Amino acid sequence: MNIDKKNAKNSKTMYYRFSFLIFVIILYVALFFVNTEKTYDAVNASVDIIIQILPVLILVILIMGVSNYFLKPKTVSKYLGAESGVKGWVIAVFLGILSHGSIYVWYPLLKDLHNHGMRFGLIATFLYNRAVKIPFIPVMIYYFGVAFVVVLTVYMIIISVVEGKLLEMILYLLDRRDISNV
Amino acid sequence: MKIDNESKKESKGKKIVTSFSKAIKSFCSVLPVIIGIILLLGLFKSYISHQMITSVFTGEIFKDTILGSTLGSILAGNPLTSYIIGGELLKEGVSPLAVTAFIVAWVTVGIVQLPAEAAVLGKKFAITRNLLSFLFSMILAIMTFATLRVII
Repeated sequence: MNIDKKNAKNSKTMYYRFSFLIFVIILYVALFFVNTEKTYDAVNASVDIIIQILPVLILVILIMGVSNYFLKPKTVSKYLGAESGVKGWVIAVFLGILSHGSIYVWYPLLKDLHNHGMRFGLIATFLYNRAVKIPFIPVMIYYFGVAFVVVLTVYMIIISVVEGKLLEMILYLLDRRDISNV
Repeated sequence: MKIDNESKKESKGKKIVTSFSKAIKSFCSVLPVIIGIILLLGLFKSYISHQMITSVFTGEIFKDTILGSTLGSILAGNPLTSYIIGGELLKEGVSPLAVTAFIVAWVTVGIVQLPAEAAVLGKKFAITRNLLSFLFSMILAIMTFATLRVII
C-alpha cells in the first residue's frame, strides 16, 4: 500500500516536472509567431546558459555521487540535522558562500541531503548565502563602494540564519495545522 | 584472506557504481525542470531590456523599494547583471534603498525558479522561503542604509 502511494506520488511529481517543460516549449512556439527574431535570440541565450553551467552540473553530479558513497544519514543528521546546533548553521553559511553556479543546479543535491536528514532551515540558509558571491565582490565595490558591500554582506549572513530559523518555525506551524485538520 | 580482500574491493566498486548511478538518476529526474528554467531565462534575456527595467521606477522611495524587490524577484540571471542594472539605476537617480532591495531580491528570490524549487524541495518550503526572502530584501535594504548613515 505504502509502495503504491509512493509510486503514485513519484509519477505525479514527474508529470508536474514534464508539464512545466511542455508549458515553456508551448510558450516558445507561441512567441515564435509573435517575434521570430527575439525568440530565436532566446534559444541562443538558453544554449549559452547551458554551456556556462555545464561544468557546475557535472560538479553537482560528482558531489552527489561522492556524498551518496560517503555520507550516511547518521553523519548528515549529526552535522546538518535537528541536533546539529550552531555547527550546522555555520556549515550551511560557509557551504552557501562557497557554492558556485545557478541556484537550481543545487536543488537535487539539497533534496538528497534532506532525505539523508538535513534540516529545511539549513537548506534555506545555504540558499540565502549563495547571494554572497566572493568572485563578484570587486564588481560590487566598483558600483556601490566598500562600506556598502561590507555592511550588506554581514547583514546577509545574519539574515540567512534568521530566515532559516523562521522558515523552520513556519513549516512546523503549517504541519501542525495540517495534522489537526486531518 | 586474498579472496576476502578481493570481495571487499568488488563490493566497494559496486558501491561506487550504485552511488553514482543513484546520483545521475536523481539528477535526471529534475532535468526537465532545469531545462524549462533555462529556456525561461533565455526568454527574459532576449525580451526584457535594461531600459525597460529602469522605466518602471517612479521616484517615490517607499514605492520604489517595493518595486525594486518585486522586479528583483521576477527577473533572474547572473548577479553581475543585477549589479550593472543597479549601477545604471543609481545613475538615473533611483533611490539607493530601491536599488539595494532590487539586487538583494535578484539573488535571494526566484519566481522563475519557483516551479523547480517547489517540484524538488516541496511547495511549502519553496513558497515560504521565497516570501521570507522577498520581505527580507526590503528589511535588509533599510538596515544597510540605516547602518551606513550611522558609520559614514
